Amino acid sequence: MSLVSLSVSEMRSGLLNREFSAVELAQAHLDRLSELDPSVKAFVTVDPETTLAQAKHAQARIDSGDATPMLGIPIALKDNMVTKGMRTTCSSKILENYVPQYQGTAASKLESLGAVFLGKTNLDEFAMGTSTEYSAFFATRNPWNLECVPGGSSGGSAAAVASQMAPISFGSDTGGSVRQPASLCGVVGFKPTYGRVSRYGLIAFASSLDQIGPFARCVSDAIDAFESVMGRDAMDSTTIEASYDASVARTPALNGKRLAMPRELFSDDISPDVRAVVRDALDAMSNSGAIIEEVSLPIIEHGVSTYYIIAPAEASSNLARFDGVRYGLRVDGANSIDMMTNTRSAGFGKEVQERIIIGTYVLSSGYYDAFYAKACQARTLMKRQFEEVFTKYDAVICPTSPTTAFRLGEKLDDPMALKLADFCTIPANMGGFPALSLPCGLANGLPVGLQLIAKSFDEEHLFSIALATEEVLPKIGMPAIA
Amino acid sequence: MRYVTSVGMEVHAELLTKTKMFCRCPNAFGGEVNTRVCPVCLGLPGSLPVINRQAVEHVVRTALALNCQIAMWSVFHRKNYFYPDLPKGYQISQYGETNPIGYHGWIEIPSEDGENKVSIQRVHLEEDTGKLMHLPGGKAGVDFNRAGVPLMEIVTAFPPDIHTPDEAREYLHYLRLTLIHLGASDGKMEQGSFRCEPNISVAPEGSDKLGTKTELKNLGSFKAVSIGIQHEAERMISTIDNGGELHQETRGWDEGRQISYPMRKKEREHDYRYFPDPDLPPMVFDEEYIEGLRAALPELPLQRRKRYIRQLGLSAYDASLLITDDPGWAEYFDEAVSLGGSPKLICNWMNGDFLAMLNEEGLPARESSVSPAHIVDLVALLESNRINGKQAKEIFEQSFKTGEKPSDIVKREGLEQLTDESEIRKAVKEAMNQNPDAVQKYKEGKTNIQGFLIGQVMKKTQGKANPEIVSRVMTEELER
Ligand SMILES: [Zn+2]
Repeated sequence: MSLVSLSVSEMRSGLLNREFSAVELAQAHLDRLSELDPSVKAFVTVDPETTLAQAKHAQARIDSGDATPMLGIPIALKDNMVTKGMRTTCSSKILENYVPQYQGTAASKLESLGAVFLGKTNLDEFAMGTSTEYSAFFATRNPWNLECVPGGSSGGSAAAVASQMAPISFGSDTGGSVRQPASLCGVVGFKPTYGRVSRYGLIAFASSLDQIGPFARCVSDAIDAFESVMGRDAMDSTTIEASYDASVARTPALNGKRLAMPRELFSDDISPDVRAVVRDALDAMSNSGAIIEEVSLPIIEHGVSTYYIIAPAEASSNLARFDGVRYGLRVDGANSIDMMTNTRSAGFGKEVQERIIIGTYVLSSGYYDAFYAKACQARTLMKRQFEEVFTKYDAVICPTSPTTAFRLGEKLDDPMALKLADFCTIPANMGGFPALSLPCGLANGLPVGLQLIAKSFDEEHLFSIALATEEVLPKIGMPAIA
Repeated sequence: MRYVTSVGMEVHAELLTKTKMFCRCPNAFGGEVNTRVCPVCLGLPGSLPVINRQAVEHVVRTALALNCQIAMWSVFHRKNYFYPDLPKGYQISQYGETNPIGYHGWIEIPSEDGENKVSIQRVHLEEDTGKLMHLPGGKAGVDFNRAGVPLMEIVTAFPPDIHTPDEAREYLHYLRLTLIHLGASDGKMEQGSFRCEPNISVAPEGSDKLGTKTELKNLGSFKAVSIGIQHEAERMISTIDNGGELHQETRGWDEGRQISYPMRKKEREHDYRYFPDPDLPPMVFDEEYIEGLRAALPELPLQRRKRYIRQLGLSAYDASLLITDDPGWAEYFDEAVSLGGSPKLICNWMNGDFLAMLNEEGLPARESSVSPAHIVDLVALLESNRINGKQAKEIFEQSFKTGEKPSDIVKREGLEQLTDESEIRKAVKEAMNQNPDAVQKYKEGKTNIQGFLIGQVMKKTQGKANPEIVSRVMTEELER
């Protein structure tokens, strides 16, 4: 059995039992990367020298008796997570050569826990997209079918884990950017409660929605990854000190759990093959004692339009700092404002520019009330409707993505179809709820994801249900490429 | 036609905090460019702001001192615009009528017959920008040391209560003193920590509308503010009287030529696209916190001024000498008064010899060897006629050098003033006997010779005789 196919817990015991070294483990993943990444294109930046140096350091810690959980575990980071001394591009021309001078909190925690960085993964430019086709550099492929997209925006991180180039990776989820690619690539993807993981060092797309989350090949590995980055951070005042019981999280429980199935997320907006696979999964869960009931959350219909006001509004302001004055690309101009205009016109791709324009528009005086203020009201309403459901149910259960992976280029001419890909995932961001996608079967050879959403800061029960659900679902295996 | 001038005032004050508004860089002035910077105040990708509690407290205290309502739930907004000195492409500020930490307040300023109230619209918290610098070869650079320094904005209400250049000056003077006495700002105009931008309009007397306003920038001193306002009002009136038209515009003040010049026309309001900053939680204050701060406010400059004039009987001028940029000066005075002694005499001594000596040594009062008790001691010696003014000066000088109590000096050196009339009379008679020529001249009508004779008496008594008694006794003896 190859080292790259092991789970994180298997890697950990192998390392601690001296079955292999951290350097061997890192090298196995680097070999895998050089073998597969030319076709998958998950990584924007790899730096084998740094990787092996970190692995050596981790091994030294293991040798000295240190048993920190992430010690020697290779990981990949989405390229919008700031890494000190390692190029961080957001898959944008405007940051193509940007090397940060500081370490983000998540990267810093992982580093001190002894994780070994394999590199930075591809994304839709500034995390704006659902297919990773909007990367300014190249499109990432889906390991299950290289003609298909991996989803997005964290497509690189999802594809890296699915093709066993990394056991764990991290992405960011603003409207579904972790869960949707996890669904399309057949891996577990988790978006924590807003405020659970520090955003310090995550290059902001929409600050009130962004949250860093892990990808893994099983729920247990995802929990490991989550636990290594969670917690309040003095550098991010939107983080909250909230309780989390790791032992509850690790205890699978499905029998007697009450799960709500929103009618709106099983409608004709969801493709029939996805619905069929998800229904089979629900049957399997019922057979194991879960109580699944249909509910109605009509506000869900407004989720996408609400999201496409709030996220661009915040983005239009968040991306204003890329002006060519202090870092990144600079294209000269007759005066400073011309320079900024030239820089931003050349540095941002079309999708990013469109969203900046939409965001600027909805915040403009005269339009603010009709768009931004109204969207904020819709968001509050959505949060309340879900919270109402959580008073009676342990979790909401639904598909993660309306479709399986689509072909590269297939939806590029249909931006609305691309945006609808987040239909099922947006509500969790709007309400700040923790949400997890896990593979529940295949449709025409492509993975289908099942999504579980829980109330805020109830990660422990969400994990407990997810672990039990994973046990009763059919195993989808690995993509042929792996 | 007669016109009424109206002046609105926008003041920006940098706050006295250890660190910047949203990061841990030191808040200081000057120094090597771009040395007090970090990922947060440089607006590096991925960095996030964290609210400085000390800055918030300064603004709450200022708002309370300015009799404002306090927004118990107050949020930061992003003010979006592009400029090279603005690292994030937006300034974190506060927007809205009742959202700023303080709103709907007022401050009193002295007027001819008491005090006038100037209404305040808002007191809010924001961050300063960097500074553009011109480099050789026509290039420009930016120093971000100032970026992120906590800044308080204080705006007067509309319609304005200020109608004359003098009122504008008094308003700025008392506002600045208030901030300094609160310890909220150092108020240093020359370092840009206290900046004011008046907007001026004129309207015919009796009109219920205000005229077209201009905003005046680059005013480097209070004098410039009052001259600038005067000049601007006169320019507007003569434009109207000559049938001209006024434009809403921003004008700069040329200190050298003492005139204003157009900077830019305001065709439309810039759309800053304010929205709540999602990176920052709302500031939620509770009653206990606010009332605790209110109760701990120091006596404010105008209250102090009223007390000095109405309770202690000082003149407005004397009060103004005591209420200065150094709150310790007035506190020193208050302590002296509380120990007993005439406020007027204490004030005179403090602002006379004492201040001169302090200035010469470059010492604050509290660091000198003279305590309020020393001053009171000296004043008591004077009031009881135990020493005269000339002696007092010498004693005080010694006291300043050595820290010895004035009454101890008097005792040690036997400097006590001679007030015993019989002794003085004895000395007077002696002087007259020794100088018969002078006495003769006096009798012939040359009465000013008396000065010479008094001088002889003073010599005999080593300058200790009370000059008033000497003079009276001398006259009695000469006229006998
Ligand atoms: Zn800083």
